[in-house]
Amino acid sequence: MTTKTVEQRDTVTIRFAGDSGDGMQLTGNRFTSVSAVLGNDVATLPDFPAEIRAPAGSLPGVSGFQLHFADHDILTPGDAPDVLVAMNPAALRTNVEDLEPGATVIVNSDAFSAGNLRKARYDTNPLDDASLSAFNVVSVPLSTLTVGALDDTGLNKKEKERAKNMFALGLMSWMFSRPTEPTIEWVRAKFASQPELADANISAFTAGFAFGETTELFAHSYEVAPAALPPGRYRQITGNTAIAYGLVAAAERSGLPLFLGGYPITPASDVLHELARLKHFGVRTFQAEDEIAGVGAALGAAFAGILAATVTSGPGVALKAETIGLAVSVELPLLVLNIQRGGPSTGLPTKTEQSDLLQAMYGRNGEAPVPIIAAATPGDCFYAAIEAARLAVTYRTPVFLLSDGYLANGAEPWRVPAVDDLPDLTSAVQFADGPNHGGEFWPFQRDPETLARPWATPGTPGLEHRIGGLEKADGTGDISYDPDNHQRMTELRAAKVARIAEAIPAVEVDRAEDARLLVLGWGSTYGPIRAAVRRARADGLPVAVAHLRHLNPFPANLGEVLRSYDRVLVPEMNSGQLQRLLRAEYLVDVQGYHRVTGLPFTTAELVDAISHELKGLS
Amino acid sequence: MTDTSIRNGAASAPLPLTKKDFSSDQEVRWCPGCGDYAILANVQGVMPTLGIPRENLVFVSGIGCAARFPYYMETYGFHSIHGRAPAIATGISATRPDLKVFVVTGDGDALSIGGNHLIHAMRRNANLTILLFNNQIYGLTKGQYSPTSELGKITKSTPMGSLDHPFNPVSVALGAEATFVARSIDNEREHLTDMLTRAVSHEGTAFIEIYQNCNIFNDGAFDAVRKNRPQQIRLEHGQPIRFGADDELGVALRRTGELEIVDVDHVGEDALLVHDAHRADPGLAFMLSRLSHTPEGATPIGLFRQVERPVYGTQLNAQVDEAVARRGAGDLAELLAGPDSWTVN
Repeated sequence: MTTKTVEQRDTVTIRFAGDSGDGMQLTGNRFTSVSAVLGNDVATLPDFPAEIRAPAGSLPGVSGFQLHFADHDILTPGDAPDVLVAMNPAALRTNVEDLEPGATVIVNSDAFSAGNLRKARYDTNPLDDASLSAFNVVSVPLSTLTVGALDDTGLNKKEKERAKNMFALGLMSWMFSRPTEPTIEWVRAKFASQPELADANISAFTAGFAFGETTELFAHSYEVAPAALPPGRYRQITGNTAIAYGLVAAAERSGLPLFLGGYPITPASDVLHELARLKHFGVRTFQAEDEIAGVGAALGAAFAGILAATVTSGPGVALKAETIGLAVSVELPLLVLNIQRGGPSTGLPTKTEQSDLLQAMYGRNGEAPVPIIAAATPGDCFYAAIEAARLAVTYRTPVFLLSDGYLANGAEPWRVPAVDDLPDLTSAVQFADGPNHGGEFWPFQRDPETLARPWATPGTPGLEHRIGGLEKADGTGDISYDPDNHQRMTELRAAKVARIAEAIPAVEVDRAEDARLLVLGWGSTYGPIRAAVRRARADGLPVAVAHLRHLNPFPANLGEVLRSYDRVLVPEMNSGQLQRLLRAEYLVDVQGYHRVTGLPFTTAELVDAISHELKGLS
Repeated sequence: MTDTSIRNGAASAPLPLTKKDFSSDQEVRWCPGCGDYAILANVQGVMPTLGIPRENLVFVSGIGCAARFPYYMETYGFHSIHGRAPAIATGISATRPDLKVFVVTGDGDALSIGGNHLIHAMRRNANLTILLFNNQIYGLTKGQYSPTSELGKITKSTPMGSLDHPFNPVSVALGAEATFVARSIDNEREHLTDMLTRAVSHEGTAFIEIYQNCNIFNDGAFDAVRKNRPQQIRLEHGQPIRFGADDELGVALRRTGELEIVDVDHVGEDALLVHDAHRADPGLAFMLSRLSHTPEGATPIGLFRQVERPVYGTQLNAQVDEAVARRGAGDLAELLAGPDSWTVN
């Protein structure tokens, strides 16, 4: 066996693409895990259709998984893949446009049959004409090789072919010098009850690895050294897992049991699934009959003194709006988690977007202010959930937590926090235990500091009281149609939320010398914006950058920050929702960069947007 | 994990409680003559007999005339959203098994906008006592037809008569396999008290339809079946079903599978159907509910069905206990680290 040379790379982006049933998500996740354990920094972008299994070989059925791994800290799943693994013509066709010239394309040549080419709308076989000449195309008969490698198993041909994703994973593991042992162990554990399948998958995987070593198709392999991440214990985490863990941590750190009322909806269901597995943490999950009942039960639990949450996506928030308004009116803590997706209506269920900010801000009848928090990265979903719980419990208010499809399914290495370092929420939990107004109990007598009303839960003797969606008299909470009282209560509810600005950190600007342009973001655009600013600065462009976690209320210093720059650029995956809020609030002529493609921003397009704004300044 | 039930608070109100202890200081705002007054008085009268501390009682309602009910009860109360009370109450009862949770609703609230939540609460057997005040009309919005109004009802929104076939609330409850289904009438004090008392002691969802007169928009809707009227059939478990001015009529099951009204002298008492409220199968109870679509023909009141089935909240909490027993109480640090962590030095 000849020893091939190993070439060092600092960063690589790979995309696996195939049929929805080809196991591309699993393949991508495995490669990600191994790369993370190897010490690379990693960012991922799963991209799959809403249909579970569209017809095999068809264009709508293509499922992709992109991952970016590097020997330094990275912020995005990468713009253009360096390597595309295409399991069939449809996967090639739907992904080839994203490649830069010089990229490597590994195709399963077995799948380029006349039928599959027709399904992918290819008139001629792209492997035989010049259409791919800009790329380094490597045709590998993946199906044939996989079936061959599994000759002595008892599986039939179809079952053998199904392991071709493991062959591809083996080949890529060789190509990028990934260790094989973790994947073999993982397969053994996954198929513990079906050793025959475990053996077959391992055989396909090791055959793929060996194929890379021996074939003449590849002259060398690559190595990506570990990244210099801050020391500590790390794990891989997705945004949805991080949100679920954040809720469990908030429950533990507040001393309250957790209740989640929800209804299955993409891309939020995994939060429900994750919490349903954590009953031994005292977590109770309720899959309701609809979105409205999910939030209704959560509000009921909140009244009963529980840390209550509901998880959904935009269409579900639309249905929950009336109950969120009730939570505003009765002033109870309630977490509303919106894992945003493309809209309007059913929109793009599996694609990402940031277009529910104004829904969170204004999507209710009447004057119904709700604090809003947004997570920046998959791992940050954990801390954002704890912060949302802190505000909800402290101020006795519903709180929106905005994540999105990109954060929900994207993974990154996450430094595991020490439990003792997490915020202590016990002091925020104050249950009423006796009269608060002379000898009486007034359910709407407010804490002078936070303006929160008492949290008096059923079962507490002597505090029997009634709450509801009718306007309440300031203090006593009795029904009141008094004009001045309604004015006062409206102002009090607004003031309570506005007052949160005093209890959140100021927005921090990462400045550059002489920067006249500030790039301001919120939510999942954090990574692409930071990556773009980093690149712009490397190109000598002076740019300042800041990111908002709190969107209602804004940090107290935000107006001052905006006014201290000649130009402010707000990139958003919507048509300018934060831009509108900022203009209305601060009368600053904020510029926007808006795109809604269902995918996160690329670094390149944001660098262009930054350059464009800077040209406008000179 | 249900230690939230324990709060110091003031002392519980001293026992024995009286009806007066359950009257709140709020001015009752129903129309004079409304059937709701009698129901409120009855519920307030039943409460002291239950032996449940006042602080452990919660009344949840939606929107409508009936939904104002919690304001008048000196207990915990939540006047919520049109149709959603069963969902909100499910969240309370599932997380706090120590509480006794009531839902007070009307025919529009429960069967029109809230139909979905009602059937699912009953299907799950959430631990709730649901009181449906049926007046067969929308009162608070001033007189439109409701999902229980008789076909052809002339109202402001149906000047040529309503076109939609009405729901029979007891049939709906039985169709959703509620484990306790009863019907009573607003001013039949003893009967309603009896039904309420039995409902409260039931484990799971107890559903009572209460015929309630709206003297403004639908006066006299239930006059034909009120006390001592020949059309009222009182269901008694274990008794042959008889009714009429002199108990001269009865209900029998035909060989072809339908119920029929028979002359007792003609067929003999042995031919009558003996009411069995505890049959596992809800079919016969459903047939009884179909004797009359709206209370014009012979109409049964009383307990149609009471069976045992696991209770949603009890099971939800049992799963938590079982998970703790099996896996040990959750360790947050272990959860956060996960099985595949690595160390960067």
